[in-house]
Amino acid sequence: MRRGPWLWAAALAAYAFLYLPLTIVVIYSFNDSRLNAEWVGFTWHWYHELFHDEDMLIAAGNSLLIALIASLSATLLGTMAGLAMHRYDLKLLNFMVLAPVAMPEILLGVSLLLFFIQVLNLTLGMLSIVLAHITFSIGFVAVIVRAQLTSIDESLFEAARDLGATPWETFRYVTFPLILPAVIAGGLMAFTLSIDDFVVTFFTAGVGVQTLPLRIYSMIKIAVTPEVNAVSTLMMLLTLGMIVLASRIAPDVLKGKV
Amino acid sequence: MARLELRNITRRFGDFVAVDDVSLTIESGEFFTLLGPSGCGKTTILRMIAGFEFPDAGQILLDGIDLVGTPAEKRPVHTVFQSYALFPHLTVGENISFPLRMARHAAADIRQRLKEALEQVRLGGKAGKYPHELSGGEQQRVALARALINRPRLLLLDESLAALDAKLREEMQVELINLQREVGITFVFVTHAQVEALALSHRIAVMNQGKVEQVDEPARLYGFPRNRFVADFIGQITMIPAQVEESAHGHRRLVVDGLGEIVTPLPQGVVIGDKGVFAIRPEQVRIGVQAELAELKNHFTGEVHSLLYQGDVSVYRVRLPNGTMIEALLPNSAPGRAELFKVGAEIKVGWRHDAGVFLHE
Repeated sequence: MRRGPWLWAAALAAYAFLYLPLTIVVIYSFNDSRLNAEWVGFTWHWYHELFHDEDMLIAAGNSLLIALIASLSATLLGTMAGLAMHRYDLKLLNFMVLAPVAMPEILLGVSLLLFFIQVLNLTLGMLSIVLAHITFSIGFVAVIVRAQLTSIDESLFEAARDLGATPWETFRYVTFPLILPAVIAGGLMAFTLSIDDFVVTFFTAGVGVQTLPLRIYSMIKIAVTPEVNAVSTLMMLLTLGMIVLASRIAPDVLKGKV
Repeated sequence: MARLELRNITRRFGDFVAVDDVSLTIESGEFFTLLGPSGCGKTTILRMIAGFEFPDAGQILLDGIDLVGTPAEKRPVHTVFQSYALFPHLTVGENISFPLRMARHAAADIRQRLKEALEQVRLGGKAGKYPHELSGGEQQRVALARALINRPRLLLLDESLAALDAKLREEMQVELINLQREVGITFVFVTHAQVEALALSHRIAVMNQGKVEQVDEPARLYGFPRNRFVADFIGQITMIPAQVEESAHGHRRLVVDGLGEIVTPLPQGVVIGDKGVFAIRPEQVRIGVQAELAELKNHFTGEVHSLLYQGDVSVYRVRLPNGTMIEALLPNSAPGRAELFKVGAEIKVGWRHDAGVFLHE
């Protein structure tokens, strides 16, 4: 089919709307001026500044640590949830695992805050942030793992048992290798969700701990300096890298072929 | 002692009785086939022997020991699945040696037996390939080698040839027969394809609606079906309503309305007054002009109603004087004589006094 010029124009406009703001952020992170107003000249200055900003480095360290622990835990729990959702045809189970994915973040943030303080009597900090991030990541991992499982011929699992593998060996030698791409992709998704989360983190962080998104937010309350542009650019690169990696490892899952 | 014995096996799914009080005995070294239409319970029986389903009642005895309660992985029974179920993330070699690894065989032993197994199924150079790199026939042979490598006491085959195209299927049938003879392992084969069952099996159990209708050798099953279902399911057959009457000498004789007596052996147990059908295979019916059929005990005049040219044979449908249609098969052995008799022509049909069977209502 020949595509008309209007279709091309509409597509171009849509992509421009999506990517132009991001491009501008990246460009101005190299701008040799305090203001995001006009292009003066190229500089690495803001990146240099960034890597000597003590608070920023601490926040970045916190974010990485939280994302690492939260994504690993969510991968483990989400994989288990995905396996259970595949094996047992329980509507309620599906609903309970997937609800946090669809729930408005602000609602999740508020309810977790109340839960941590009033029910668990927990001091807000790293632990509460990690728990909150695990909560909203499990569903994503579970969905990806379950999608992979449904694409696998059921008789493979029976064949393994038939040929002498115990249920554990069947999981170890057949099921797990076959869902591994989805597990890794799910883990990477969880990582990117965690590292740039703002709303839920804002409610569950308390006063002591800062993460990168929280730090950026507090910086722009004063003024949007090109340092913010620089850190945003780096985060963008990291997240993009993760998504590309995930789609390479489990192409079917992210292309929605399931 | 029988290799496998099913004793009064019943399996229900809700209100549906998939397997209804089935008893079967399968001998050691036998190629035994469960044949029937889809939903007749044959696959459920196979899955119960393998350990994926459990009977609601009855026993499954392997060499005299009840298997019910033994998990699938502990049964010395392996299955060749319809989809082959080859592990896509493992190579051909890893697939075939999987059962040995699960049974904790020594590495040297695994290597040796894998080599033998690969040779046996003529996949010598393919050990490092992945299943998706193989043809359908090769995948089939990997599945067979994998299921046979640690010498199960029973090999189950679930519609294992169904996925192959017609030509390859015929080749695999020959290979399967040779392989079974070579390894001497008892095969239990499930299929809905009657031609396949007849070609491969030592004995066949024909199943219908959860019950076994008849267990027999292929030739007996084909020649002497016990009831109308078996007669109809296996091969082509013409069935003509008939009843048993008393002859002038007080003997039993078979009579068809509007046609007269048909000379055929009547089995014991059939008594005067019985109603049923006379069933005869198309290849038993001869077709021709008066002279060549005169010596046959049964011969009738008919009219060629239609004819179906099939290459090797032609199938004639002949209308008998009482209106019934009978099918006759004529081999096209002489070239250019496919249409020996024209549609509408008056001809004779006849069959021997020992052809055909009487089946009770």
